[in-house]
Order: sequence, then structure tokens, then C-alpha cells
Amino acid sequence: MAKTKKIINSGAAVVDEMVEGICLAHSDLVMALPDSPRSLVARHGPRPGKVGMVIGGGSGHEPSFLGFVGKGLADAAAVGNVFASPPPDPILACARAASKGAGVVFLYGNYAGDVMNFDMAAEMAAMEDIEVRTIVTTDDVASAPPDQKHKRRGVAGNFFVFKAAGAACDKMLPIDEVERIANLANSRTYTVGVGLSACSLPQTRVPNFQLGEDEMEIGLGIHGEPGVERGPLRTADAIVDDMIDRIFAEMKPARGDRVALLVNSLGGTPLMELYVMNRRVRQRLAEAGVEVHATWVGPYCTSLEAAGASVTLFHLDDELTGLLDRPADCAMFRA
Amino acid sequence: MEYGSQSFVAMFDAIARTMDENRDHLCALDGVIGDADHGIAMQQGFSAVKQAVDALDVATVTPTDVFNTAARVFLNAVGASSGPLYATALMRAGATLRGKTAASGHDLAALVPAMTRGIADRGKAAPGDKTMLDTWSSSSARVEAMLDAGAEPAAILAAAIEAAEAGAQSTIAMEARMGRAARLGARSVGNMDAGAASAAVLIKAMLGSFVA
Repeated sequence: MAKTKKIINSGAAVVDEMVEGICLAHSDLVMALPDSPRSLVARHGPRPGKVGMVIGGGSGHEPSFLGFVGKGLADAAAVGNVFASPPPDPILACARAASKGAGVVFLYGNYAGDVMNFDMAAEMAAMEDIEVRTIVTTDDVASAPPDQKHKRRGVAGNFFVFKAAGAACDKMLPIDEVERIANLANSRTYTVGVGLSACSLPQTRVPNFQLGEDEMEIGLGIHGEPGVERGPLRTADAIVDDMIDRIFAEMKPARGDRVALLVNSLGGTPLMELYVMNRRVRQRLAEAGVEVHATWVGPYCTSLEAAGASVTLFHLDDELTGLLDRPADCAMFRA
Repeated sequence: MEYGSQSFVAMFDAIARTMDENRDHLCALDGVIGDADHGIAMQQGFSAVKQAVDALDVATVTPTDVFNTAARVFLNAVGASSGPLYATALMRAGATLRGKTAASGHDLAALVPAMTRGIADRGKAAPGDKTMLDTWSSSSARVEAMLDAGAEPAAILAAAIEAAEAGAQSTIAMEARMGRAARLGARSVGNMDAGAASAAVLIKAMLGSFVA
């Protein structure tokens, strides 16, 4: 099978070289810890009395996670290998850097590997008297039925949970409040994704699954893993209708409710198609009488070069709206 | 027969070689119902372990030190889910040899149940969930039965390898209940779990290095 083409030096070096490039491009905002180069820390984030916020996960999802490190958002991100949770050591180094006496929250997507590594790091931090609270994101509606919400994956909707929690930390709220807000934000975030083509890992450069010419994966995750079902490729409007139907079935919006909207590319799908999708999302929201407070369109949580997209609705209330609107200054996100 | 630190360094070298050979096969298996990175994680992890244990002075370190070095290095090279699971398994293996400068043939066999318990404790999976534990618990059950029956070490190690392979094969018919493949539900049936496959490869390389 033909290998996919990538602009890399070597599959083994790709993550470290990316982090090096990010630190050079955004040296005013972030730095890698000298003794833990897979720990990226905000230059203006951690400060006395503020709850520290550590995010993280595998590489290949850029700008998630390391692009969301900065004032008003995460204080630090632990960087794993491609699609693999970071090990406990860089997470612990992030926790130490973010810890300023008010405790630290860990926020990451719900995957078995991430849970084990972050839990180990939390135990190690506790031995150093750093209080850690953990919130795992579970916004992927298609990945488990409603009665098993705790089994769902965290995908692009991470963005809203991180933003709300980061703003709560930035407001100097105590750790109980930050934890409550992060859980509230997670419970009100709904994502559905579709995939049109697989991605390939830098180490193998082989597509990780094969889709027929006229097929798509529904409920696709963010690691190029297959979705919950496979179906024929449909029009943008039909795809969006299916996504919105699945989201509305759980969100149950009332007329006059407000949402923030994220139309996310998995990496290979261009803005042109995302805006076509956004058009239909807005038609559906207008029909349901749902007001859109803010919209983001673009690559926010990717799966390397996979073609595909997801739609996330963040069901706002007054508290979450205020937190979403609070300024943030990160390498790959500003508000 | 007694096996000192040098034998365990050679064991990790054999595992690393096997993972190099199996990397793409394991990635392809993982791609069917997961995210295609499992072969890379195992190859990178054991390649880092090989480097670290090769640098140890086998005249001064104990077998337990070799396992603890391997555990720490594997964890930090890999992360993912295999990192904590195998790091725990390797630490448990090392703990069974504490205070010894060499292992007996029966000690080698007893590594399998110890590692299996480590994986079960850390990962919280149960047999039948379509994970690496199906391979480990199949192998472990055979080892424990044969140890109880007073079998010879060489026969136990050979049976452990065979039972591991059978455990991996048994995951083909299972529906995944843990890990990324669990989200696929019935779609995961019909494919071998990549973690179960790599566990069989690992057990064969690990125990096979002593039989050879």
C-alpha cells in the first residue's frame, strides 16, 4: 500500500520537534519546562491563590491540547505521543508548575489511558501535598447511550469545558467552584462527529482504516478510530440534520435558549465545507428558536489529516455565558 | 537452572526484537477497531526499555532492579493505556523476585500470575472484556494449575505460551467492553484485540527467551 505523504523528519521525532516549534513561535505565551520538555506551561497563567488548571492528552489533535495554554485558559498541558496519553511524569511536572497553593484541576477527555496516567499523576501530586480534582470530558453524544454518559468520549466539546473552567480559575474562584463549573459545562456540552477519510500515523504512514468511496463514519472519534456506524455519504444538510437531531434529543432546548456553537474540522475538511455546515446548523437552530451567542468555525480538535467534522452545542446559562466571554490569550486561541 | 540479572536483560532484548518485528501487524489490528497506534507504543516502549537495561551493570543490579528500571522507562516512553498497565505488571514481576540474585525456573513461571494481577488491578478489566487481560489471564490460569500440580518449569513455560495464544484468539469472538473499541459495540466482534495480540507476542518472547 502506498504510504501517505507527510512533511516530517522522522516519525519518532515528530512530537518533540512540534513542541520545539510551538515554543519558538509563541515564546511570549508558553514555555516547555527545561527538565520536562513534554510539559508546556503558560508564562502568564499560574499566580498565587489561583487554582491551577492542567489539561492534556495525545498529540495529533492540535490545536488541542497545547494550543489552549495561556492566561484565562489552561496553565499547563502535558503532551503525549501521537494519540497516546502522556505518562504521569510530564503531568506531574505540569501540576507542580500550575500549583500556587489553591489546588489544581486536571481536565482531559475520557479515555482509559488518559484516566490511568492522570490518576497516577494525581496520586503522586497528593504525596507532594498538591490537591488535585479531576474532571473528565464526555461530550461525544454518539459514543454511548444517555444512561451510560460516563462512558462517553471527550472530543471537540473539550473546548467549551476548558474555556469555562479556565475562566473560573482566572476569576480566582476556589477549587470547589471550579470543579462544579467544569462539571456543569461538561454536562451541557454535546458533540456529534462524522468522518470521511482515515488519518495515518507519522510512524506508519498507513491509513488506519478503509472507507468505501461513497461511505462515511457516523459518530467518529478524534483518533481516526471508526465511528459507531457506517453509512452512505450524504449532503451537508442531511449530515447536519442528523447531528442536530441527535444533539437535540438530549439537550431538549426550549425556545429562547442560548448556545455557543463550534463547527470543528478533523483536520482535512476545509473551511468551505464547515461554513456550509454552519449554514444548516443555524437554520435548524432558528427553527427551534435557539439563539446563538457565539460561533467558532475551524480546526479546534483534530485527528491529524482526517477528513471529517463535528458540531458541538454548548447549552448556555447566565453563569456559563459570562465565563465563555471572559478574555483568554493562548497560542492558538484568543477571546 | 538459575537465572540472574543478565538473563532478564536478555529477556527484555528478546521482547524488544519481537515488538520491532510485530509493530506494523499490531498497528493494523488496532486500526480495525481502535486508533492504530498500539504497535508503535509497544515497539517504542520496549525499545526504550532495551536501551535502559542494556546500560545497567548486571554484576551489581538484582533482577528486581532490572524489572523496576523496565517499568519506569516503559511508563515514561509510552503513556497511553499500555504504559500504566505494563509498568504495573513489570513492577509486580520485580516484586516477586525481591531479595534474590537469581530466579529459579518456577520463579519464572510465577511471573505470569503476578503480572496478570498487576494488569487487572490497574486496568479494572475482567476476563471477557476483549482486552490484553484475556491473554494474560488465560496464560496465568494455566501456569497456576501446573504450579499446583508440581509440573516441571520447561513444561509450564511452554504451556503458558500456548495458553496466551489461545487467550488472544478467544478475543476474536468477544464484544469489547473496555477501552476505545468498547464504543464500537457489536462492530468489535470478529477482530482480535490488539492488546491481547501483543500480550501473546510478549509472553512468547519473554518466556521463550529462557526456553531457548
